[in-house]
Amino acid sequence: MTATTIPSPAAPSVEPDLVHDEPHEASGLVKWWRDTLVFAFRQVQHIRQIPEKLLDVTLQPLMFVLLFAYVFGGAIAVNGGNYREFLIAGILVQTVAFGMTGPATAIATDLTEGVIDRFRSLPTARSAYLSGHVLAEFGGMVLAIAILCVTGLIVGWRVHEGFLPVVAAFALLLLFAAAMIWVGTWLGLMVRSPDAVMGIAFTVIFPLTFLSSAFVPIDSLPTALQYVANWNPITLIVSAVRELFGNAGAPMADPSWAVQHAVPAAFGMCVVILALAVPASLRRFKARTAD
Amino acid sequence: MYDNAVRHTNSAGGAHGAPRSGSGPSGVVAEGLGKRFDDLWALRGLDLDVPAGSVLGLLGHNGAGKTTAIRILTTLSAPTEGRAHVAGLDVVRDAGRVRRRIGVAAQQATVDDLLTARSNLEMVGRLHDVPKAEARRQAGELLERLDLAEVGDKLVKQFSGGMRRRLDLAAALVGNPSVLFLDEPTTGLDPRSRGDLWDLLRALVREGTTLILTTQYLEEADRLADDIVVLDHGRTIAHGTPRELKAQVGDDRVDVTVAHVGAIAPAEEALAPFADRAPSVDRDLLQLSVPVRAGVSLMDLMRALDAAGVDATDLGRRQATLDDVFLTLTDPNAGPSATPEEVPA
Repeated sequence: MTATTIPSPAAPSVEPDLVHDEPHEASGLVKWWRDTLVFAFRQVQHIRQIPEKLLDVTLQPLMFVLLFAYVFGGAIAVNGGNYREFLIAGILVQTVAFGMTGPATAIATDLTEGVIDRFRSLPTARSAYLSGHVLAEFGGMVLAIAILCVTGLIVGWRVHEGFLPVVAAFALLLLFAAAMIWVGTWLGLMVRSPDAVMGIAFTVIFPLTFLSSAFVPIDSLPTALQYVANWNPITLIVSAVRELFGNAGAPMADPSWAVQHAVPAAFGMCVVILALAVPASLRRFKARTAD
Repeated sequence: MYDNAVRHTNSAGGAHGAPRSGSGPSGVVAEGLGKRFDDLWALRGLDLDVPAGSVLGLLGHNGAGKTTAIRILTTLSAPTEGRAHVAGLDVVRDAGRVRRRIGVAAQQATVDDLLTARSNLEMVGRLHDVPKAEARRQAGELLERLDLAEVGDKLVKQFSGGMRRRLDLAAALVGNPSVLFLDEPTTGLDPRSRGDLWDLLRALVREGTTLILTTQYLEEADRLADDIVVLDHGRTIAHGTPRELKAQVGDDRVDVTVAHVGAIAPAEEALAPFADRAPSVDRDLLQLSVPVRAGVSLMDLMRALDAAGVDATDLGRRQATLDDVFLTLTDPNAGPSATPEEVPA
């Protein structure tokens, strides 16, 4: 718009429609990134107006740490380790897994309201709407991970590996966060109403996290469930994070192949989830906003 | 109420003066536009030629195809057949550039409930690539212009229906569009707000904006539109200036109010010789609107009614309105088969 702040007597009579548009037609990638930031900022503004939205990534994980550390912790024995050290990786992974509800609810809400048509009638870069949501949610996940780690340190969690493995642990958590956010994005584009999101997320994520090594040693489970937990993707991520932090995991009698190679397998799984969820979301977004 | 003196953007140098004329680059052209949903044609064979700086009214009932037409022209929906150009750009192939030149206010306000009015407008400005400070300034001006300045920092969630509509219109004006599409802009507004909105729209058109609006209010089309397209079941059933449409439908109307329902049929029969078309009848109001031929005087009608023993409580002559146009064009009962001229007088 800067080009038009100075009235130009000659230009409008020539080609009024083309004058004020062309100068700020940025190149594709720049425009995409700028629009992404606008959409991400919109999500931040939502939090400013409705601070409760932030509870998911702040108070809730904190509450889980305290509940498990002080309420259940005493009842759960971890062979060769301290339960609080065992716990933190589990809660980190659970919180990140639940991170899918954020984008899913936000996108499903947008789709039930007319605001998405407003965005579509504006000269926005294609997919910037989705990447804006993803960016904002990713920021939320970084915050949640930070809060969890600080709380963990307070209740007695420590890392026992060198710098690089710890960096790798955080990289894995962030990659898993990205994967779950895209899964949530896809879910938000699939459901008919935002109310459905919580139901679906709870029925999927809760059993997945509790039937894993996130909170209890797998060997304490009945045999049939041990088999499930052994191949549960949450167990895989949790095992990888524990390994990289150097937190003693409860030794398993018969770990699955994936758990034996937890670190590379966990990274690989996140990449596969992303490779599936990103194109599926983009396709679904196009279909949902076609007419 | 709205501040018509201030243009919200900085087009002071350009848009003033003579409106662009002829179907220049900022007009709207459609050829054989059609849209099919499954096996239902929501719109078929729509031809438009809207010169830059003029106003087109799309008139029709719910489901007539008005919104479908708007959605295609604003790149939100792809046409099944036909082509359309907005501001000289193809709405399918050049959708991105079309979006830079248009403003859209849909039937349901498309604003973000969880933002303030000001944030909504700033966000739209940013997405139009307006720099931050300029977006903020424009938002302030638009809030002022649409009489929302006092509630600019309130959450839209708390807004009344009329306030949301005005904010939606403000959002449509961000970026100084050369073509403005408004889908039933005054539905749900109180009469005063409606008058204010009409004033605002007239001011925008004076400044050179091309305006396409849909409405169910014939008065609105009559007051604002240079050209009117009447849609029914997706088809164009009439097209012309308000004056042409009125001429097409006939001459003056005489409204006759009778004393009781039983008098309606004899009155119709008595008045038939003076009209080429059937009268439209409102049984609740006990009123007949008779499209009388030129040269017929009220006295002739009164004598005929008297002779038929009809007790008329009120009799008045007026010019045909768009309501008459619409009733005549879309009411199957008003078709030629039902005209009383077939009844032996």
